[in-house]
Amino acid sequence: MRVLVTGASGMLGRAVADTLAGRGDEVTVLQRRPSGSPYRELLGDVADESAVTRALAGQEGVVHLAAKVDVVGPWEGYRRANIEGTRTLVEGACRGSVQRFVQVSSPSVAHAGSSLAGAGAEPADPDRARGNYARSKASAELIALGADSDDLVVTAVRPHLVWGPGDTQLIGRILERARAGRLPVLGRGTSLVDTTYVTNAADAIVAALDRADVARGRALVVTNGEPRPIGELMRDICVAGGVPAPRLHIPARVAWAAGAAVEGAMALSHVLPGVPEITEPPLTRFLAEQLSTAHWFDQRHTRRVLDWTPRVTLDEGLELLAASASRNQ
Amino acid sequence: MTAGSPLPRGLPGVDPAWSRTLEAPDAEGTPRTWHVLDNGPQLAAAGVPTEQTLLCVHGNPTWSYLWRRVLESAPPGWRVVAVDQLGMGYSQRTETPRSLPQRVEDLSRLTTALGIDGPVAILAHDWGGPISLGWALAHREQLARVVLTNTAVHQPAGSPLPGAIAAARTPPLLDLVTRRTPGFVRAATATCRPALPTPVRDAFAAPYSSPARRTAVRDFVADIPVSASHPSHAALTAIAEGLDALADVPALMVWGLSDPVFSGRYLADLQRRLPHADVHTYPDASHLVLEDRPEGVSLIWDWLTSRPTEVAAASAEVVPIQVDATVPGRTAIVELTGEGGHITFGALAERVDGLARGLHARGVRRGQRVALLVRPGIDLTTVLYAVWRLGAVAVVADAGLGRRRLGAALRGAAPDHVVGFPAARALVLATGIPGQWIRLGRDDVAGLIAEGLGHPLSPTELFSPTAELDLDGAVLFTSGATGPPKGVVYTRRQVGAQVALLRDAFALRPGGRFVAAFAPFALYGPALGLTSAVPDMDVTAPDTLTAAALADAVEAVGASIVFASPAALSNVVATASELTAGQREQLRRPELVLSAGAPVPAALLRRLKELLPAAATHTPYGMTEALPVATTDPTTLDPDDPADRERGVCVGAPLPGVTVRTAALLPDGTASEELTDEPGQLGEIVVRAPHVKDRYDRLWGTQRASARPAGWHRTGDVGHLDARGRLWVEGRLTHVVTTADGPVAPYAVEQAIESVPGVRRAAVVGVGPTGTQQVVAVVVPEGAAPSGSGRRAALWERVRGLRGAETDVPADVAARVRTAAGVPVAAVLRRDWLPVDIRHAAKVDRTELARWATTLLHGPRAAREAFGGQSRAPSRRSR
Repeated sequence: MRVLVTGASGMLGRAVADTLAGRGDEVTVLQRRPSGSPYRELLGDVADESAVTRALAGQEGVVHLAAKVDVVGPWEGYRRANIEGTRTLVEGACRGSVQRFVQVSSPSVAHAGSSLAGAGAEPADPDRARGNYARSKASAELIALGADSDDLVVTAVRPHLVWGPGDTQLIGRILERARAGRLPVLGRGTSLVDTTYVTNAADAIVAALDRADVARGRALVVTNGEPRPIGELMRDICVAGGVPAPRLHIPARVAWAAGAAVEGAMALSHVLPGVPEITEPPLTRFLAEQLSTAHWFDQRHTRRVLDWTPRVTLDEGLELLAASASRNQ
Repeated sequence: MTAGSPLPRGLPGVDPAWSRTLEAPDAEGTPRTWHVLDNGPQLAAAGVPTEQTLLCVHGNPTWSYLWRRVLESAPPGWRVVAVDQLGMGYSQRTETPRSLPQRVEDLSRLTTALGIDGPVAILAHDWGGPISLGWALAHREQLARVVLTNTAVHQPAGSPLPGAIAAARTPPLLDLVTRRTPGFVRAATATCRPALPTPVRDAFAAPYSSPARRTAVRDFVADIPVSASHPSHAALTAIAEGLDALADVPALMVWGLSDPVFSGRYLADLQRRLPHADVHTYPDASHLVLEDRPEGVSLIWDWLTSRPTEVAAASAEVVPIQVDATVPGRTAIVELTGEGGHITFGALAERVDGLARGLHARGVRRGQRVALLVRPGIDLTTVLYAVWRLGAVAVVADAGLGRRRLGAALRGAAPDHVVGFPAARALVLATGIPGQWIRLGRDDVAGLIAEGLGHPLSPTELFSPTAELDLDGAVLFTSGATGPPKGVVYTRRQVGAQVALLRDAFALRPGGRFVAAFAPFALYGPALGLTSAVPDMDVTAPDTLTAAALADAVEAVGASIVFASPAALSNVVATASELTAGQREQLRRPELVLSAGAPVPAALLRRLKELLPAAATHTPYGMTEALPVATTDPTTLDPDDPADRERGVCVGAPLPGVTVRTAALLPDGTASEELTDEPGQLGEIVVRAPHVKDRYDRLWGTQRASARPAGWHRTGDVGHLDARGRLWVEGRLTHVVTTADGPVAPYAVEQAIESVPGVRRAAVVGVGPTGTQQVVAVVVPEGAAPSGSGRRAALWERVRGLRGAETDVPADVAARVRTAAGVPVAAVLRRDWLPVDIRHAAKVDRTELARWATTLLHGPRAAREAFGGQSRAPSRRSR
């Protein structure tokens, strides 16, 4: 199959491209900047119609990962990258030769901060989703799934907290803060949280491409299916990354209030002249909620529909992380 | 004949298509407009023929709205007609009050107008009961079944009207409360537990919005006949006495026992009139029982659509439940408690007969229930056999239930008489146990026997112990983890079969001698000609048995057998150092120790064997509903033999005459309908034996759910049979964790975790939704001390909670726990103690632990949603 992968410079995008190529698919990647990808690389923005039309020419499948992923920043950036980017790509795919489209999304598109235990994949809801990232991704998912038709079958896959060696988003930030002694455990650290090792997420996305006929038209949450107390998870990640485990516990409500204060300060820093703009906040309410409430999902439906099971267990993933960390030291 | 519906729009739970009005003559022939909820037109429109009709009749001050769930869940082929009585609901208001006989006739004319032919079942509530029963007696040829909910047909002589009704009947107040104000109408739905949603309460009150619309509400209350001079009295009496004619009509009574109006005594009255009726009681439900417990509706449908299953009684030898006085001079009982006591079999048999006459003189009759609040010993034994001698039913509850639950248990069994020690009187009064009080102090036994001396008693009233074996013999109670204890009824045959099974399983022969530190089995000694010694202990508190007291009891009769609960044995081991050399010598005599009631750790038994070196230590497995099922001596299992290391706890092979099967677990954690004897199949343990309970007392739905297939008993335990036919118990069905990979039973995983160094105890619970639950291991580390109770301890736990003490399981221990568990474990949490049951201090309350774990792992709101506010048995801290 000829497949276009967007966002292939990130950890998960790279893993998806490698998995596809590894089994003989013909991979093209669409990048904003040259990434040294071993695959056929086209440069351009997913929100740029002409670049998208060029990239889609002759493709049979699309895996759309490119997105603005962050916890802060003004709405316009998210809207353009995540909503307009998806719309442009989906419209291009409808016009062209593409038959299968996998939208890579996030469980946060459907949830509003409450505890999730054994949850299913509820419909995306831009009004309830928290934060600019989740709101824009919710709209994007609705656009993609709305385009599902017999000519272009669309599936949304929502991996939860993807991590692995070389991850700069989650693991990188945790380790960096722990190293600086700025990583507290929120609440008692017992909230049960599930995550997804990168290989498993990539496998699931490829499975969604293959099983498009069964999986089409809906969203599927993907995780390792091995929830752990968040405190234990952070400790294990720190140990694997070779940094000291966090010791400080902050009550969840205090953290939430602190997050609110930080967000207020950031908003002010954007508008007040002479105040340095805050771009890397220590804490937001979204993050406080993510780290102090349960987040794990019922995987039975996903596994049945995708005919997929995670290949790498949490413990094996931590070992791979540790091996990679010791190589880099 | 139909017209537009007068119903307001949007009443919760009502399909407007059910609502119709029609004209029918009343008892005097005056045309009246009735309102009914009727699914008949829907059935007709769908072309479904009506096979049976359910006629639902409400009381005062409700209306057909009461039956909305019955209509909603009607099975195919059933037409449900719920009427609004004249003057009530949305039916026409009448100029003058309608009396009971008029209302019965009104209803008959309405059913004719509705074209109801073919078989009819009636379902009634409150004063709808007498009216529909009046209809039933007039339509015997059509009447198929009767269902009654919180109603009455008779005001027992000399007993006062229920307070609320009595107060409302004084004329000026009556009019004020029932008609001029909506007080009575609103009060009817105010008693509901839990409280009804406001829209539902408003719906109940909707037809009674003005004084003019409430006239019949007042007249209905005034129509309750309290004296013979009342115009409706004759009609009510005729209906009540006519119920004999319904002896062949299947009947069901569904009752909320917390009804301030139609309390349990009205149920008891109806049970006497319809003794064949099935009964299901909800102890916590109030007057509007189907509002408080909507599941009662599906129970009623289950009953209406089920065929009674006749199960042939399993044939088995039955030991007569009477004192075996073959050797009259032999010692029957020696008491080492208090002042001490001693009685021979001959004297005991005479005393039983004398007391039976005395109890008969006080009014105890065949088939009546007699609650026994008497401490184990000679007096309890005497009164128990005297009750059986009269063909009455012994109601026996264990003081270990705690006062409140003991009271609730006995109240629920509705005894006709209560025989108790003087000290028990306060409990009876405080917890509202009904029945005639018969005091049984030390001197009262002699007094009662004296009363009986001159009392004429026909030979048939002193029961032959082998006669009428299918009469109820005893009511015992489960300790049930949730809700009030359930009554369990044994017939005389089942009691006799249990005695025979115990005799054969443990080779108990006449002349044998035993120590009775565990009441249930000890009571059977006299029937088997066994000599028993009651040790010096508080028999209601098993852990008060000391090693010295046990040795003295052994010496007193030369005992070769010891019956004791696990807690008692634990204390015996703990107090061994106080033994004298002579006492140690006595403990070499017993050849058998029997311990039942809760799991007994093999380690405890091994230490016990150091004290009682000649004894086999058997731990019969069973439950209140079926005891024993199997037995084994756990110390004989070989830890090095792979066959003795299966998952769970080996409880031995089923005893002779007992059949054990398993019902495989389904992904949602329920058990299949199919039974299997395939080795290794994990499932609910299901047993069949001649001594299995007859039924749960006044819990028709619970009994039906437990007897699947009919004649079997679902134990609520899970486990498997091994290749040698031995049974391995792996936990409780309600504690099975339903993971996405299949059901996980707790015991085996817990045992594996307890093998990890540093872990003293472990409990495994599930968190999350059924079918995709995560396994959580709760561990008590070695060296953890149960911190004290009280506010300081609670505060300290909160402080430690903030520091993350719950997750303070060292990483290496957590890793070893995960490896040992053999199943994926989401979280390893530590505690300093586990909550255990009060009765045996041995059963871990895994439901409480699951709630605790859910609070930690998912937050307090998720825990509330998952576990709600269910009423639970109290638990205490493990040691």
